[in-house]
Amino acid sequence: MTFVKTKIELSKLQVGDRLEVLLTEGEPLDNVPKSATEQGYKVLDIQHVKDKVHKITIEK
Amino acid sequence: MEFTESQIERYSRHIILQDVGVEGQQKILEGKVLIVGAGGLGSPAALYLAAAGVGTIGIIDGDVVDMTNLQRQVIHFTADVNKAKVLSAKEKIEQLNPDVKVVIYQDLLSTYNIFDIIKEYDIIIDGTDNFPTKFLINDACVLTGKPFSHGGILRFEGQTFTYTPGNACYRCVFISPPPPNAVPTCSQAGVLGSIAGMLGTIQATEVLKFFVGKGELLTNRILTFNALSMEFRNISFKRNKNCPICGEHPSITELQTYDLPVCEIKQ
Repeated sequence: MTFVKTKIELSKLQVGDRLEVLLTEGEPLDNVPKSATEQGYKVLDIQHVKDKVHKITIEK
Repeated sequence: MEFTESQIERYSRHIILQDVGVEGQQKILEGKVLIVGAGGLGSPAALYLAAAGVGTIGIIDGDVVDMTNLQRQVIHFTADVNKAKVLSAKEKIEQLNPDVKVVIYQDLLSTYNIFDIIKEYDIIIDGTDNFPTKFLINDACVLTGKPFSHGGILRFEGQTFTYTPGNACYRCVFISPPPPNAVPTCSQAGVLGSIAGMLGTIQATEVLKFFVGKGELLTNRILTFNALSMEFRNISFKRNKNCPICGEHPSITELQTYDLPVCEIKQ
């Protein structure tokens, strides 16, 4: 569901806009960057925020 | 249009598809389809289109549910016997997906009502069991530039193609209806129940592709299958310049009336 919600937010943006998504380790962190890349979005950055939370920046 | 939380969940498997996504699902939610016949083909088509969230589903059928229908017309249940098919179908769709607006017409589609009804819809599914109505749908759709999905099943075989304006129509291949009783009906020849599901879901898939605008529709080709050999064939056909309705010099410029075989109309 994390990628579904990410796609919904991306759909509200213009091409070139960036979206930051907080992901927990495990499935979300494994899958969202991979799925986003597969579907033609650019994953610009993945940063560890704290504990098991990471922030990814996706460009539409 | 914003999705609600429950819509995000309900349609998540569509939204995740690259070729559907948020935009495609929104188009499905705004789509309007008319299903002619709540029978073998119309039942699975209606269920899948409802599940997919098609915004408006119109259903026209003048019959009531008969015990002999239940072997393949999966939208109707045993307790629905003698109930109007359109009512039975509406009840199931509303239970399946409250996002869908269901419009019902408890009537036979005819030269008198077809233009008024089809003008409300983006695409039509032909789920009828008789040639006069198949030609009526073709002619009305060609004359008004309305896409439709043709479908037919008998015994173990099915065939389907999709018409969109500018492409070949039903009359490009089948010039006019066969003489009454030349081709047996399902009640005469029988039909394997599950092939109604095979064909009706192909028709539903064409409608979803049409709404989403992805892939190649079954235009200018007929898909046929035989469930006994489980072989599928695509047979290409072209727009016929001598077609009586969409050819260069059409002889048909208004709707034709063909007699329905008496045995197919229950009073």
